[in-house]
Amino acid sequence: MFGQANVLAQGEAAFPPSVEDFYLPSILPWGAHDSYWFTKITAMVWIAVGILIIFFLVTYRKPQLVPTKKQWLAESIYGFVRNNIAVDMIGHAGVRFAPYFTTLFCFVLLTNFFAILPFFQISPNSHIAFPAFLALISYLLFNYIGIRHHGFVKYFKNSLIPPAPWYILPLLIPIELFSTFLVRPFSLAVRLFANMFAGHMLLLVFTLGGFAMLSANAWLAPVSVLSWVMTIALTFLEFLVICLQAYVFTVLSASYVQGALADEH
Amino acid sequence: MFFLAAEGGESTHNPIIPIWQEIVVGSVAFAVLCFVLMKFVFPRMEQTFQARVDAIEGGIKRAEAAQAEANQLLDQYRAQLAEARTDAARIRDDARADADGIRQDILAKAREESDRIIAAGKEQLAAERATIVRELRTEVGTIAVDLASKIVGESLADEARRKGTVDRFLSGLESTGAR
Repeated sequence: MFGQANVLAQGEAAFPPSVEDFYLPSILPWGAHDSYWFTKITAMVWIAVGILIIFFLVTYRKPQLVPTKKQWLAESIYGFVRNNIAVDMIGHAGVRFAPYFTTLFCFVLLTNFFAILPFFQISPNSHIAFPAFLALISYLLFNYIGIRHHGFVKYFKNSLIPPAPWYILPLLIPIELFSTFLVRPFSLAVRLFANMFAGHMLLLVFTLGGFAMLSANAWLAPVSVLSWVMTIALTFLEFLVICLQAYVFTVLSASYVQGALADEH
Repeated sequence: MFFLAAEGGESTHNPIIPIWQEIVVGSVAFAVLCFVLMKFVFPRMEQTFQARVDAIEGGIKRAEAAQAEANQLLDQYRAQLAEARTDAARIRDDARADADGIRQDILAKAREESDRIIAAGKEQLAAERATIVRELRTEVGTIAVDLASKIVGESLADEARRKGTVDRFLSGLESTGAR
């Protein structure tokens, strides 16, 4: 954002946008490029955490049997993840995972939402570090749950050996190993990261493209306007992607936990 | 961006390689979020949900309990009523039996009394009869002797003889009467 502002201020709309547009100079120390402790991205993560904590603590300070509007809103969010994700995917045992899934869902949703929020306009999840550690937590969670539920040997037997004729097993076991224990965390992280990265890139292309065309030739102004209209349209699409990806991330985590708890393959 | 990147002396970032500082910051921030929400918010929500369920189910349960109590009381009252009816019937029967007994007693006493009165009357009658018979016997004897003296014209001076004759005559009368 600061980068864009600088670029626009300099009248040098760098087009096409590059990967470097995702790595903004740090806030503290100001303008440094090799310091990542306090950047716009990490600041947004803290802001997201702060907003969520304050929202839930304030709305749930004095819970009542007949909820107030705010309490109802907070309960609806929790109830949605609890009933439509945790219980739907895992069954009644899912209730005890509902707090984590709700936290995960809210965090991903809000940090995703920063992608289209004015003045934020980039999602922390377009840096793979955040999806990566969330995926890692999900990975550790489902493996831990599985091992605790079945015991180490039985869990891996359940996960790796599908009920198939013995002669097909040499083919299936490596596939299962690969898909369950190697690909899952990676795909979980990359799916979210890539969606947010691509979304931001698309918005950049259309926004900066408008400026680029305008500065290249004044006659291209109508096309610039079209480009910016496209930006608005894509912002709505991005909103859809934001909600969908938060939901998908949570549902897949729940599904992995369910798979780990399942008795049969 | 290029000029800034050039100023920073850093050329390119690989978007698929995570920045470890961001992982640390993200993890800490997310851990704080998890701690607060999972410890202070969502368990309380579960409690509220549970309290709500209890409030609804408790209301139903209380209503059921009240209904059960009412039914029990109704049964109890019915039982008591039936008992009271039985008691009343029993008391009525008892009273009837008592009345019968009393009537029988009174009748028996009355009968006894009448018997006694009758017996006393008979006794008196017999005594009176005996007296009358005795008096009559004397009177009849005297009258008969007087009559005989008048008829015969002869006074039977000897009273002892006279008495013996009368007695004999009367005995003869009695024996013929008895026969």
